[in-house]
Amino acid sequence: MAKVRKTKVPMKEQPVEERIRNFNEVPLGYTPEEAMEEASRCLGCKDAPCVKGCPVGINIPNFIKEIKEGNFKKAIEIIKQDNSLPAICGRVCPQEDQCEKECRLNKIGEPVAIGRLERFVADWEAEQGIERPNLPPKKGIKVAVIGSGPAGLTAAGELAKMGYDVTIFEALHDTGGVLRYGIPEFRLPKRIIDREVEYIKMLGVKIEVNAIVGKTITIEQIWNDGFQAMFIGTGAGLPKFMNISGENLNGIYSANEFLTRVNLMKAYLFPEYDTPIKVGKRVAVIGGGNVAMDSVRTAKRLGAEQAMIIYRRTEKEMPARIEEIERAKEEGIIFHFLTNPVRYIGDEKGNVVAVECIRMELGEPDASGRRSPVPIPNSEFTMEVDTVVVAIGTGPNPVLLQAFPELKLNKWGYIEADPETGATSVPGVYAGGDIVTGAATVISAMGAGKRSAKAIDEYLQKKLKGGI
Amino acid sequence: MYTILKSKALAPNIYEFTIRAPLVAKNAKAGQFVIVRIHEKGERIPLTIADFDKNEGTITIVFQVVGKTTHELSTLKEGDSLKDFVGPLGNPSEIERLGSVLVVGGGVGIAPIFPIARALKESGNHVIGIIGARSSDLLFWEDKVKEVCDELIVCTDDGSKGVKGFVTQAMEMVFKEKSDIKRCWAIGPLIMMKFATQVAKKYNVPITVSLNPIMVDGTGMCGACRCTVGGKTLFACSHGPEFDGTLVDFDELIKRGERFKEEEKIAWERYKSMKGGA
Ligand SMILES: Cc1cc2nc3c(=O)[nH]c(=O)nc-3n(C[C@H](O)[C@H](O)[C@H](O)COP(=O)(O)OP(=O)(O)OC[C@H]3O[C@@H](n4cnc5c(N)ncnc54)[C@H](O)[C@@H]3O)c2cc1C
Ligand SMILES: Cc1cc2nc3c(=O)[nH]c(=O)nc-3n(C[C@H](O)[C@H](O)[C@H](O)COP(=O)(O)OP(=O)(O)OC[C@H]3O[C@@H](n4cnc5c(N)ncnc54)[C@H](O)[C@@H]3O)c2cc1C
Ligand code: SF4
Ligand code: SF4
Ligand code: FES
Repeated sequence: MAKVRKTKVPMKEQPVEERIRNFNEVPLGYTPEEAMEEASRCLGCKDAPCVKGCPVGINIPNFIKEIKEGNFKKAIEIIKQDNSLPAICGRVCPQEDQCEKECRLNKIGEPVAIGRLERFVADWEAEQGIERPNLPPKKGIKVAVIGSGPAGLTAAGELAKMGYDVTIFEALHDTGGVLRYGIPEFRLPKRIIDREVEYIKMLGVKIEVNAIVGKTITIEQIWNDGFQAMFIGTGAGLPKFMNISGENLNGIYSANEFLTRVNLMKAYLFPEYDTPIKVGKRVAVIGGGNVAMDSVRTAKRLGAEQAMIIYRRTEKEMPARIEEIERAKEEGIIFHFLTNPVRYIGDEKGNVVAVECIRMELGEPDASGRRSPVPIPNSEFTMEVDTVVVAIGTGPNPVLLQAFPELKLNKWGYIEADPETGATSVPGVYAGGDIVTGAATVISAMGAGKRSAKAIDEYLQKKLKGGI
Repeated sequence: MYTILKSKALAPNIYEFTIRAPLVAKNAKAGQFVIVRIHEKGERIPLTIADFDKNEGTITIVFQVVGKTTHELSTLKEGDSLKDFVGPLGNPSEIERLGSVLVVGGGVGIAPIFPIARALKESGNHVIGIIGARSSDLLFWEDKVKEVCDELIVCTDDGSKGVKGFVTQAMEMVFKEKSDIKRCWAIGPLIMMKFATQVAKKYNVPITVSLNPIMVDGTGMCGACRCTVGGKTLFACSHGPEFDGTLVDFDELIKRGERFKEEEKIAWERYKSMKGGA
């Protein structure tokens, strides 16, 4: 056999000059030949360290081996045993911190492109037309799922496959949670979410949109409607602000508002779609995570001449995926590191016109081991801006929690749940995803949904035998 | 889909719709609102629950045509339906037995004041109402509001009906005459609520106003609706929409309402030209 190539088979991308003017997906995917070539780099390690890096433990060497041999159908079946949303995970998992981080090939070069291969087979399957799954016999037992993000969708799908009668209650008018309203089209096309949701519906799951639990329907009403158990996957949707002077000026958005307008409401197609968005010439995005990267690249596509990131630490500490930081750089995003806003300055109409910032330096490592930024005295300076997006994190949305005071919360205000099962302080009520962990990842939310589905099944079997 | 069961023009550019939405009606209370989206390409707009019928499973909304979406809404007929209709959102009004209370509705604010007046009346309060509009042809629901008030003052800016003057002048009259008013509610344009607050403050009567900033989700997820109340940033949809008027920064809210002025104009012009061509 020829020598193993040291680098990943490259994936074609939309050229920079084009993509900064549209919302189409940036990476274009592998051809079957490219996928098979990349798959042939895998050593098929017996102890498979990569599997330990995957939060849902996909049998990576096995599915890659099937791709290498051209058995794409087999490959997708192996993935689907552990991951019901592979087209999504293959695109948005932070592979460099998970499966690919552990890959043995890191010793000689780049790891196997596990995420790209996963995406390839998932897209290949979709092209064949997804088969109607074999539905199990109905048990006639109702389970409620609150929230249709990755945690809720996964829990619902798994429970339906076990024969439960599942209803998802979703607050917004459409499904997917952050997948739809947060992550932009150019990273995760909406048709992929539609496809996954269609599959969940094919499994018999009922989805009620415009149903805010705690408002439209109460917890008591859910129990009274005959639901026997509940999974809560309501996410961490409460936007945080810095509470500095001028933050309510016009032109300053939370990342949630900015991205929701563009993604869920399709403001990038305004005025064909009714929801407006206003993006000026100089846009500053505050923060250094995926949300900040998505916001700044969105601003660029909406016509910003200067789209910049203001981040209080250095590039090394940025929590965003490396791949996305690289793409942002290619797209001409300007980075101001070790910089933090201290106040916003407005004109007489209440529009933001400038941000005053202070320079930072890295001090001693904090509890998390990261060196915490400290302001350098008298280093303030101002930058002209006409749009600001605050992307400094989110907290638990209070609507459901207020309506369900019996639920025990942890000290950060998230639901206290058993990490193995998602069991909460209320019998029959399970929770998982961002509402338990705080903002995390798609795959960890899915993993939680899946573990809870199993635990709910065990709970209900016991309950119906009269054990509870 | 949410069907429009009844539609009625109340005044020039003001419409009343009764919509089938049993789940919303089941839990609706005075002071809450809904978010409506007409069709797939539509925006989400908040409208106050002006009335509800739990048995029939209906919600009544009253809206004024001010731009593209409200205009498009006004063209819908009985039997048509809305794509999305979600609620009840926001916190209900705090209704308790206080004694004498004053409710003030200005313009399209007459509609949202009605369920509050009714709830106050049902809780055994002596309810004094003030409703006002620019002129008599813009007044509506006079009889409906009268039924749930012990006393009702009607005013118009031009004097074409009732007392001539703004609702704030009528408020002054009431406060001068009666010293036992325990609390008041005022709903209407921001500028009216701002001045109503000044009057109530002058007479030391606690005042509640219902804020209507630009919203997107209506559940506390986006922060579009943020406003400064008592020096703190709060979300009108999840912390409100009702707040102590004396704590609200009205000037900021008025500016925030203009955030998308240019875009609203573009949408409106485009809609008019398309309708014209059709
Ligand atoms: C902009 C952005 C980019 C991201 N990029 C990545 C990435 O590249 N890779 C990655 O792995 N992760 C990424 N994440 C994180 C990831 O999206 C989340 O961790 C994940 O979506 C959490 O899933 P969830 O199911 O717990 O919650 P969510 O996705 O937040 O879904 C919760 C759902 O519950 C609904 N809901 C809330 N309250 C109620 C209620 N009372 N009644 C009914 N429904 C309710 C909400 O409307 C929502 O639809 C990103 C997040 C954002 C915001
Ligand atoms: C809690 C709440 C309750 C409301 N109740 C009523 C009611 O009972 N009857 C009624 O007639 N109106 C009510 N409104 C106002 C109503 O939502 C706006 O008139 C409507 O959104 C205007 O849309 P448009 O496209 O027709 O006009 P546009 O041309 O888009 O806007 C006209 C004005 O309406 C405001 N506006 C625009 N978009 C929104 C939005 N998404 N949310 C809120 N305001 C917006 C802006 O300040 C703008 O200046 C309420 C608003 C809120 C927040
Ligand atoms: S699900 Fe994510 S972590 Fe697991 S193998 Fe796929 S890309 Fe890697
Ligand atoms: S560690 Fe890397 S080379 Fe080894 S099996 Fe996993 S993907 Fe293949
Ligand atoms: S409308 Fe989004 S937080 Fe209030």
